[in-house]
Amino acid sequence: MTTQEINQKLLEIVKVYLPQDVTESSIKPESHLMQDLGINSAHLVDIVLDVEDTFDIMLDENDMQQMQRVEDATTVIQNKL
Amino acid sequence: MKEGDILKRLPYGKDFCFVDGINEIHENGVVGWYRFRESESFYKHHFKNNPVTPGVILTECMAQIGLVCFGIYLNPSLEHASIVMTENHVIFEKIVLPNEVVIVSSTLVYYRFHKLKVQVNMRNENNEIIARGTLSGMITDHF
Repeated sequence: MTTQEINQKLLEIVKVYLPQDVTESSIKPESHLMQDLGINSAHLVDIVLDVEDTFDIMLDENDMQQMQRVEDATTVIQNKL
Repeated sequence: MKEGDILKRLPYGKDFCFVDGINEIHENGVVGWYRFRESESFYKHHFKNNPVTPGVILTECMAQIGLVCFGIYLNPSLEHASIVMTENHVIFEKIVLPNEVVIVSSTLVYYRFHKLKVQVNMRNENNEIIARGTLSGMITDHF
């Protein structure tokens, strides 16, 4: 899977959990999931679980801690595929 | 962990504790009950001269049994476990009047990365559904 394909799927996952005042166009590779996109810790868990289902991978506590920015999530996913 | 130990670890004061007992608890869920006392403070105002248990209190009761008791059971080692409700989606089907007993059952959806999600329902003593839905909370060592 190319980085672009991963990012596209990641965007589909993340956009579901954005607060109402944050638009989809704000999602950039360098966006911090919590600080820039306003995603709370409970929804971060949902994103991790959706990533597991979408990419058919298993993530642990360490992976989740690494997933600070969108691009970090891309890297974590790439390393698991 | 025994049922009595879980009740002792609930963080609520007596006027905001909506758990009387736990009938069963295991790794996949919990069943517990509460009897709404006529003396509950909210009946004086909800509604004027027509006491009905507020939906938010029914949600709270479902969360205290279905999320918090269950969360304590799943985390026996946490000294000061705090469980903060993060999401709820509840459908109400019947009202609850003073002195009614409600039975809350919750079933594990997942417990991962400190987030506990359950499917929950509340029934009356005639086994009729009062409310049902899903609740989620984050379990932390402290707020």
